Amino acid sequence: MVACTCGCGEDELTKQLDKVIDEYRGQPSGLIQVLTKAQNLIGYLPLWVQTRIAKGLGVSLQEVYGVVTFYAFFSLIPRGRHKIAVCAGTACYVKGSKTVLKTLREVLGVKEGQTTPDSRFTVEVVRCIGACGLAPAMIIDGKDVHGRLEPEQIPGILEQYA
Amino acid sequence: MINLTIDNRKVAVEEGSTILEAAKSVGINIPTLCYLKDINVIGACRICLVDVKGARTFIPSCVAPVSEGMVVNTHTPNLIKARKLVLELILSDHPMECLTCKRNGNCELQKLAEEFGLSEIRFEGAKTEYPIDDSSPALIRDPRKCILCRRCISVCTNIQSVQALTVENRGFNSLVAPAFNEKLANMECVQCGQCSLVCPTGAIVEQDDTDKVWAALADPKKHVVVQTAPATRVQIGETIGAEPGTIATGQMVAGLRSLGFDKVFDTDFSADLTILEEGNELLQRVTTGGVLPMITSCSPGWIKFIEHFYPDLLPHLSTCKSPQQMFGALAKTYYAQKEGIDPKDIYSVSIMPCTAKKYECQRPEMFSSGYQDVDVVLTTRELGRMFKQSGMSMTNLPEEEYDAPLGISTGAGELFGASGGVMEAALRTVYEVVTGKELEDINFTACRGITGVKEATVNVGDLPVSVAITNGLGNARKVLDKIRAGEAGYHFIEVMCCPGGCIGGGGSPIPTNLDVRLKRIDAVYTEDERMVLRKSHQNPAVQDLYAEFLEKPLGHKSHELLHTHYTERDHYPKEEC
Ligand code: SF4
Ligand code: SF4
Ligand code: SF4
Ligand code: FES
Ligand code: FES
Repeated sequence: MVACTCGCGEDELTKQLDKVIDEYRGQPSGLIQVLTKAQNLIGYLPLWVQTRIAKGLGVSLQEVYGVVTFYAFFSLIPRGRHKIAVCAGTACYVKGSKTVLKTLREVLGVKEGQTTPDSRFTVEVVRCIGACGLAPAMIIDGKDVHGRLEPEQIPGILEQYA
Repeated sequence: MINLTIDNRKVAVEEGSTILEAAKSVGINIPTLCYLKDINVIGACRICLVDVKGARTFIPSCVAPVSEGMVVNTHTPNLIKARKLVLELILSDHPMECLTCKRNGNCELQKLAEEFGLSEIRFEGAKTEYPIDDSSPALIRDPRKCILCRRCISVCTNIQSVQALTVENRGFNSLVAPAFNEKLANMECVQCGQCSLVCPTGAIVEQDDTDKVWAALADPKKHVVVQTAPATRVQIGETIGAEPGTIATGQMVAGLRSLGFDKVFDTDFSADLTILEEGNELLQRVTTGGVLPMITSCSPGWIKFIEHFYPDLLPHLSTCKSPQQMFGALAKTYYAQKEGIDPKDIYSVSIMPCTAKKYECQRPEMFSSGYQDVDVVLTTRELGRMFKQSGMSMTNLPEEEYDAPLGISTGAGELFGASGGVMEAALRTVYEVVTGKELEDINFTACRGITGVKEATVNVGDLPVSVAITNGLGNARKVLDKIRAGEAGYHFIEVMCCPGGCIGGGGSPIPTNLDVRLKRIDAVYTEDERMVLRKSHQNPAVQDLYAEFLEKPLGHKSHELLHTHYTERDHYPKEEC
């Protein structure tokens, strides 16, 4: 679904967002619920969405933004279908997580905290994922651990994710 | 009462007190950073740790309540070590720029570092780099110097109910800023500067405009005039170490003259003028069925607040400009004509206890003379800085008098410095003008004091006039909500943006806390009592002004120069299509 990013209220997505907001209109206590639903609907929480929610619930934008940036669950950027979490824990750092990130950048064209234009991957950097024996490691979609990474393996690994 | 032992001393305090308060009651000082009495009590920084017998870890004393039989130590060797560690961790991510910092010499962090005798920082931490935000005409934010104590957020959210700041992200990436790290100038921030008063460091400071004033003073072509706000004379002494509550009117005038100002005038004069315009506006509204309650409009932070948050109530605002801006408009018209000076050569400076005044003087409505009416605003802190830079010792100066005519004032004008003062000054004049009788007691004590919302009813002849007075924007909100709900039966409301009124403004000397505010308020009333004339309508210079130039209150010239209009503002960033 294409979203008009201005929140003028004309497009379908904005109308659906307004339905979510309407349930809690004027009720600051509903903030987390509304943010959760809005993120499920739109995939992320850009400025126009947060502003619309702030207005609808009658809270300041600072309140909304503070909550959004506090919980890791919420995202300010569009999320890809697959989340690549590169470990930057001590063991992985020593064994070359920098190289892993650099390779990902070369292959996918995005840096940490970014999503590929085709919405396939989002790249993030995380703390130790408990696979230090396999350093350097990354974990995809929160479940598939790929360890002892060599740059030349990476394109092959990524191909497994459509 | 709860009995406990602190540092081997028996202490009895009320139940619910914190260990910090209990220690303070017997003169034991525990260092604090994030703690701000009644405003920010969150136990975040951990500098106030104490050793409680039987507890597994050290306890932050600012949030821990006392309990019966508790045994507390406030400075064991291990505690000192722990506090040093906290300090070192803060400093490992702090730019060491004291020499060029606005808070050099008056910084809580610097003071602690000195007290603990830190000689090295053992942690070579990564430093967070954030750009400085100088978008606002009033304030500068330098997040690099922020220690994440959140005092500013508490004041802005809980006292001012603006909430222009928040903590974003977590851990090392935490940042105190408006949402999306947006520039302050683009937000609903009302420029009140209360955040700069409570910040323990140099992370939020006033814009410094002293260079502009030095340049004007050095320019022989400029006729430089200055006006001083009512509150400044009861504050300026503090910038050179005098006790809060010291009145230094005469010394300040002398000091300004020796800095080189051509004329030293007084905002108290235009405060008197405001009373005549505003008092007549009130009477007009009462007699012709105009919008009531009428609300005062002297406080620019308050104006920006209502424009953002209650634009539907703008018709309630008096159309009178603030005394600063009335003065500005007259200096470049009336005074210029009277003295035969080309207004383009006049440079108009004002000394204010306020950061929002810096914003006010740049508003597009404030060019009624054909020029920017007030060229530059300095806070009391900045004037203190100029005095220091000039090497002048204000205390040793003989007292001098303000210049005529724009420096002649009454005690009523001086009252504008404290919450309730505009109301009291207005009542003194409205009563006498309406009834034609002299007031037996001109002291309207019901208007005075620091209470958040004050109410009174005053009989003006047969008309019972019902008034309300608020200070601090969170309190203003309470009264505004009443108006919205149709439950406010008042005729006249005074709103001052800052707690306690202008004497507690965001440009005041630091520290400004409750005790200091109360002392300054006392000084304002003392100053009023010292004046020969204490009612605005008796001000001879104001009378001359009407006779020679304005003709009458609310007349044509008044409307042109002394009145203004307001602008509805959104308080969310624009959604553009
Ligand atoms: S905020 Fe305080 S410690 Fe930091 S540079 Fe300024 S004066 Fe020094
Ligand atoms: S100036 Fe006032 S409104 Fe603006 S951030 Fe500071 S406290 Fe909040
Ligand atoms: S800006 Fe100042 S008051 Fe606000 S959190 Fe940072 S150090 Fe504390
Ligand atoms: S450091 Fe990477 S898995 Fe532990
Ligand atoms: S002063 Fe107690 S935790 Fe900061």
